[in-house]
Amino acid sequence: MSWIDIGALEDIPRQGARVVKTAHGCVAVFRTLDDAVFALSDRCAHKAGPLSDGLVHDHKVTCPLHGWVFSLETGQALGADQGSVPSYPARVEAGRILLDAARLTAGATA
Amino acid sequence: MQKLVVIGAGMASGRMLEHLFEAAPGEFDVTLFNAEPRGNYNRIMLSPVLSGEKSYDEIVTHDADWYARHGVHCRFGERVTAIDRARKVVLGASGDEVPYDKLVIATGSNPFIVPLPGHDLDGVVAYRDLDDTNRMIAAAGPGRRAVVIGGGLLGLEAAAGLRLRGMEVTVVHLPGHLMERQLDPAAGYLLRRALGERGIEVLCGANSKEIVGQDGKVAALRLEDGTEIACDILVMAVGIRPAAALGREAGLTTGRAIAVDATMTTSDPDVLALGECVEFEGQLFGLVAPLYDQAKVAAQTLLGQSAAFVPREVSTKLKVTGCDLFSAGDFAEGEGREDIVFRDPARGVYKRLVLKDDRIIGAVMYGDTADGNWFYGLMKDGADVSAMRETLIFGPGFQGGAPADPMAAVAALPDEAEICGCNGVSKGMIVKAIEGGAHTLDAIKICTKASGSCGGCSGLVEQVLALTLGGEFVKPAVKPVCGCTDLTHEELRRLIRSKSLKSMPEVMQELGWKTPDGCPSCRPALNFYLLVEWPLEYRDDLQSRFVNERNHGNIQKDGTYSVMPRMFGGMTNADELRAIADAADKYGAAVKVTGGQRIDLLGIRKEDLPSIWADLGAAGMVSGHAYTKGLRTVKTCVGTDWCRFGTQDSTGLGIRLEKRLWGSWTPHKFKLAVTGCPRNCAEATCKDLGVVCVDSGYEIGVGGAAGIELKATEPLAKVATEAEVIDITVAFLQLYREGANYLDRPHKWIAKTGGLDWIRERVVDDPDSRRALIERFDISQSVYQKDPWADHVATRAALYTPLADLTKEAAE
Repeated sequence: MSWIDIGALEDIPRQGARVVKTAHGCVAVFRTLDDAVFALSDRCAHKAGPLSDGLVHDHKVTCPLHGWVFSLETGQALGADQGSVPSYPARVEAGRILLDAARLTAGATA
Repeated sequence: MQKLVVIGAGMASGRMLEHLFEAAPGEFDVTLFNAEPRGNYNRIMLSPVLSGEKSYDEIVTHDADWYARHGVHCRFGERVTAIDRARKVVLGASGDEVPYDKLVIATGSNPFIVPLPGHDLDGVVAYRDLDDTNRMIAAAGPGRRAVVIGGGLLGLEAAAGLRLRGMEVTVVHLPGHLMERQLDPAAGYLLRRALGERGIEVLCGANSKEIVGQDGKVAALRLEDGTEIACDILVMAVGIRPAAALGREAGLTTGRAIAVDATMTTSDPDVLALGECVEFEGQLFGLVAPLYDQAKVAAQTLLGQSAAFVPREVSTKLKVTGCDLFSAGDFAEGEGREDIVFRDPARGVYKRLVLKDDRIIGAVMYGDTADGNWFYGLMKDGADVSAMRETLIFGPGFQGGAPADPMAAVAALPDEAEICGCNGVSKGMIVKAIEGGAHTLDAIKICTKASGSCGGCSGLVEQVLALTLGGEFVKPAVKPVCGCTDLTHEELRRLIRSKSLKSMPEVMQELGWKTPDGCPSCRPALNFYLLVEWPLEYRDDLQSRFVNERNHGNIQKDGTYSVMPRMFGGMTNADELRAIADAADKYGAAVKVTGGQRIDLLGIRKEDLPSIWADLGAAGMVSGHAYTKGLRTVKTCVGTDWCRFGTQDSTGLGIRLEKRLWGSWTPHKFKLAVTGCPRNCAEATCKDLGVVCVDSGYEIGVGGAAGIELKATEPLAKVATEAEVIDITVAFLQLYREGANYLDRPHKWIAKTGGLDWIRERVVDDPDSRRALIERFDISQSVYQKDPWADHVATRAALYTPLADLTKEAAE
């Protein structure tokens, strides 16, 4: 994997998210209460709502438009809803957030 | 009508009167004395009142209305000083003589005060009635210290309650382990450990020597070994003594208590006695179940029916939230007795059955008490358990190879099995009530009394409901906030206040949240409750707000936002309109005039929000909060400025109201209107608060709605001056902020408070209450009346932009 530095952990509020723009659309990068970092496509599987504006709780996010809940770990919809959003490898090293460049540039289908 | 005098309004006499009025209404003319200045309440529930989980109103069993309906002459707060049996009169403290044909003594018990040096110091309290409870609540507070002498049921409930109020608590207990009358040492240890984890220090085998005072007030407890424990209050909960003095002085036969026969009659055939003040065959009674049996027998005796009281085995549960404990029967070790013990240290579970001659004679459980009633049933019936001895300890679900379905334990119970120990209600009686149409917990409570006293069996009753009704049973009216907690909104607010919880992690830790950091249901509610309760200390948590309140705009279906600047009272001017037009051009917005007399700019991209806010701010405009559970708009008509019919300056008043109120957060959105005459052009009568101006002043209505529900306002007050309109509006808004559940609009909240009278009393009639509400609102406004747009432009603008832009890399 080719890791790319996209910013500092501190740039994202705890229990919050920011987006990274890519040629294939926005990727939402989440920071949870326990300082874990996850990256999912910023388009909800339901009606394409911006997941980066959702409420982050545990390792989950609730979409701001209609309340679908997704696992940040797998991108799978939780509860009664069926569907998933693409997820991207993400990690934190020395306070910097790293995403897999190859996956980001290859887009959601990779 | 026969004259019946009852001395003492406790749980036993209350129940007896119920039986009496039910069986023979109008037969007795009742006078009820009570030394406490109030009527019957559920004394068992004082612990939840102490801890703040319930209020006094919730534990009242008989209210003024009930006494009135049954023609009871209430003499509350009046002690009986003597009984003259020769003349058949009782003498009250007021000097009145009240004659009787029949007399019932139900004086209960007095707390036993250990005669330690210093026991009469200020701050030494017993734990017996509501006044004691209130004294403890008054003395409690975060960081203050309490010592409880006595590690029995009552002492531990007092300790847990005071701890929940934020006090440092030490329990001092003379025997070697806690609750030695109900628990064996192993269960006592687990209980002690669980209390320790809650921050309650427990000293067992500790002998108190002296209560140390300072300036007449309690300061510390000194133990035999010289240890001193500092305290602000000291609670004595070492036991009770029957209050038999009145009977003794009247010449009735007494031992440790007033002696009664099986019909509850004393040595005088016209005098009955029941409850904690009696002894029957040398036995005393302290738990509620036998007291209720006595109440039934006493009522029957009074009605001339034959009935006999038979003491029965009792079981005990501790009412400390989170400490699950069950005990029944005899569990001392002895000749010919066998133990079956089950331990699961990881889960903190301990179960022990004591068997003799193949029958259960005692049961102690800690941590998992679900099977308690089943064992208790086997014990009471004297059932031979030899056939299931191997699997007995695992409970009914494991007998006969049935799967361990949570419902199996209840399904396996025979019809005679007791579900409600307090009221002696069996499973069969509940099933019969359900078949008779009682399909909710409340309905069961009303027709069988099951779960009506300590409430410990509510879960079991619900299981019987679910079992009997199948899918038809829909669980309870009291809904917890969400899946993260079992607490309701009301309980949550009360605990935040009583325990001084001032941050979200503190709430979740102290109140046992089941998730690491809540969910989208509880977090916004908690954030609101905390910022209303502690405006100066709590820091608003944007990450716990819904997207609209976090980004200060209304998110639209395509992920863009709407931006709506505030126009006070719906008035604007050419400069503002010019700035809005420029912004619409610059950011490609659609422009919509709203129902609240504002201009909405739609289709703004998130990353443009800070700059459009900066542009509008430069023209002097602030956020219109069109996206909040907060103060929205004050809609007005043109009033006396222009209108031929206007009676007052409705526009000016609307502007003044909005300037005072804007920026405040409320449980749900809050909309106002001021209209200049009853023609109501500003549509004030379907708002959360609407003012209709008339010649003689202003009519204030509240609780209107024009959403999914359509509702007209109800009149709250009519006043003569603008100043009064503003004061009452502010006070109403603050009362709504402090009282309503999150996401309840005012009309819903008003319905839950039981109508406008309660509200009117606080915001209109009582000037002190009104003033206090206004003060609290203004304190909150000192923090929250600021423009969030300007604030975000200055401090958070970066968060609206992408963290990184990799579109170029892709192109390379």
